[in-house]
Amino acid sequence: MPNMQLNKVPMPEACPAVRSRNFEEVAHGYSAEDAMLEAQRCLNCKNRPCVSGCPVNVKIPDFIAKVAEGDFEGAYAIIRSTNALPAVCGRVCPQENQCEGKCVRGIKGESVAIGRLERFCADYHMQHAEKTTPCKSDETSVRVAVIGSGPAGLSCAGELARRGYRVTVFEAFHTAGGVLVYGIPEFRLPKAIVKTEIEGLQAMGVEIALDTVVGRAVTVDELFEEGYAAVFIGSGAGLPGFLGIPGENSCGVYSANEYLTRVNLMKAYREEYDTPIIHAKRVAVVGGGNVAMDAARCAMRLGAEEVSIVYRRSEAEMPARREEVHHAKEEGIIFRVLTNPAAISADDDGFVTAMTCDLMRLGDPDASGRCRPEPTGEQIALDVDTVIVAVGTSPNPLIRMTTPGLDTDRRGCIMTADGVSTSREGVFAGGDAVTGAATVILAMGAGREAAKKIDAYCREKGYRDEKNS
Amino acid sequence: MFKIVRKYSLNDTTDFLSVYAPRIAAKAKPGQFIIFRIDETGERIPLTIAGYDRAAGTVSVIFQKVGKSTIKLGEMKEGDEILDFVGPLGTPSHLDGYRRVAVIGGGLGCAIAYPQAKYLHEQGTEVDMIVGFRSKDIIILEEEMRACSNTLTILTDDGSNGNQGLVTDGLKQKIESGAQYDLVIAIGPPIMMKFVCRLTKQYGIKTIVSMNPIMIDGTGMCGGCRVTVGGKIKFACVDGPDFDGHEVDFDELIRRNRMYAADERHARDAHCNLMKMANTEQR
Repeated sequence: MPNMQLNKVPMPEACPAVRSRNFEEVAHGYSAEDAMLEAQRCLNCKNRPCVSGCPVNVKIPDFIAKVAEGDFEGAYAIIRSTNALPAVCGRVCPQENQCEGKCVRGIKGESVAIGRLERFCADYHMQHAEKTTPCKSDETSVRVAVIGSGPAGLSCAGELARRGYRVTVFEAFHTAGGVLVYGIPEFRLPKAIVKTEIEGLQAMGVEIALDTVVGRAVTVDELFEEGYAAVFIGSGAGLPGFLGIPGENSCGVYSANEYLTRVNLMKAYREEYDTPIIHAKRVAVVGGGNVAMDAARCAMRLGAEEVSIVYRRSEAEMPARREEVHHAKEEGIIFRVLTNPAAISADDDGFVTAMTCDLMRLGDPDASGRCRPEPTGEQIALDVDTVIVAVGTSPNPLIRMTTPGLDTDRRGCIMTADGVSTSREGVFAGGDAVTGAATVILAMGAGREAAKKIDAYCREKGYRDEKNS
Repeated sequence: MFKIVRKYSLNDTTDFLSVYAPRIAAKAKPGQFIIFRIDETGERIPLTIAGYDRAAGTVSVIFQKVGKSTIKLGEMKEGDEILDFVGPLGTPSHLDGYRRVAVIGGGLGCAIAYPQAKYLHEQGTEVDMIVGFRSKDIIILEEEMRACSNTLTILTDDGSNGNQGLVTDGLKQKIESGAQYDLVIAIGPPIMMKFVCRLTKQYGIKTIVSMNPIMIDGTGMCGGCRVTVGGKIKFACVDGPDFDGHEVDFDELIRRNRMYAADERHARDAHCNLMKMANTEQR
């Protein structure tokens, strides 16, 4: 008999006043009892709308049925068969627009808490299971190079390893994980979890080459010369955009990428690390996406007195997840909507003293379907000492500049015929490098899809025959 | 991990270091740089490549022990390993097709100017090197620079080598006495590059400078290294580090490089005090 409670079993969370000053994880996760109770809310629908909402098609009702029975390892195995990084997805996926958005329980009341259950299973597995995923490749296996160790690359590498390929992942930074380690903060996604997931892939035989910038130290063509049969480009969208307003190069103006990298990857919030960062008192974060929320919440945790989100449209148009906006507000972040930066002023040493903004109103819908913001003619000056610009990123040009014949569009995104096959034979791509900045799970979906195409390609080319599969 | 294969001092504050990094050695070109990180809690610090040996797989850097990370690097010995060493980063310098070039180096900047002069000299370009140091005691690479230039002019701020003056004085003298340059390369402190560019602009000589801003990743991902060139934002790590010196906003670069001056002083002093205490205890 299903649990017909209209609301999700609540997620235990740290108190906003306390958590807004530390970097510990905000959401504590379900207990086994919570998870079983919530799992019983699933109606196990025949047509499974939730599965169609998932970019990697996790067999959601099946794993939830296992959770309801208390077979958590069984549930984990089902998730893991299509999702390489469940502990990550359970935390950062925008479930409300995906699986949970399609859940029939959401029509009357709240949807089943699929994300929380996924996270529970992954965490349970990490705490209880021995790492037994076997390595299926050896010295003679077909080699595939994966560029970038973010969600797309890791998911592609995991799927290829599962299919018996010998995979090397090339990472420019000194730590693997891409946006999972430099972008998403510790309090949303503990780095120990990312590390464990990556160690799981390494146990499957995936090799990770850190400190290696493809496009500089080695090119895509040289990877083929080194003996890789195929190359997957999952280099993300890491090039930060700026506002193009006067004063933007003042000291104390950061791209969100720089600010978050200093905090998350380089651990500027920990005393024992040498990473410098401006310990700001009054911070303006420009933008309305998840990255803006992450930057604002980091600034608060670093001890700022006042942190505001400055966004040119209204809250309804904000691309950030509702949950992120809600958490940010709970932590005391001020939302200045319909406010558009016009200029940044600085003192004689070049340090930020204020940001002048145009006050906006909403006009007619634009090409994106969202109402276009228009200046009202009124301005305000915000008294700030730090400005963090979180207005989006585009793909890094290093690989397209050094790979002849790789077609890209005018935004610099790699063009594909079928979502993952590029204009170069044997070169596949996925994630933000193809789509422009999007979500972790879409990148993972593309990585997995590319792995299947790479497998098909290697078989078609005769690099790999059925015998050694 | 990256092993230090050779290390020695050039003067009291400047060290030479060669690291086994075959992937970087295979690709490095003049004008490119590396980023190192000594250990898990260290900063990522960019240093321009001073030389490379493709056969031996080694890359060398010359650095001044001015902050915590470079002081710690200076304390390491041959055989020790550096946790991270990534490169070659940045766009290589365009050095082909010039007839006569003046290469200007200021202090540690000579370590970066030297491989450029060497490359030009090997291509058959006539090279005049004009370099400046605070005083005679801290002159580095004198023999190396002499070997790769047609003329070498060394100036000191205090005149201790018998030739007092600034590099701009040396350059002006060369130009006034009839030297026809189709390029000037200026590498050194931003203030020096600024004044060299001011001079060469008067004579209408194309001038390339090498930027040394604060950066994290070196691949275009943080934007911390942005400089204004010709009124536009450029990233020194991918668009540079070489830029047309007549277009660079040097004052902005100087301000941005001071962004963490207080933290840097604090970290350096704390580290030095710690070392002093350790040395006292050993005694």
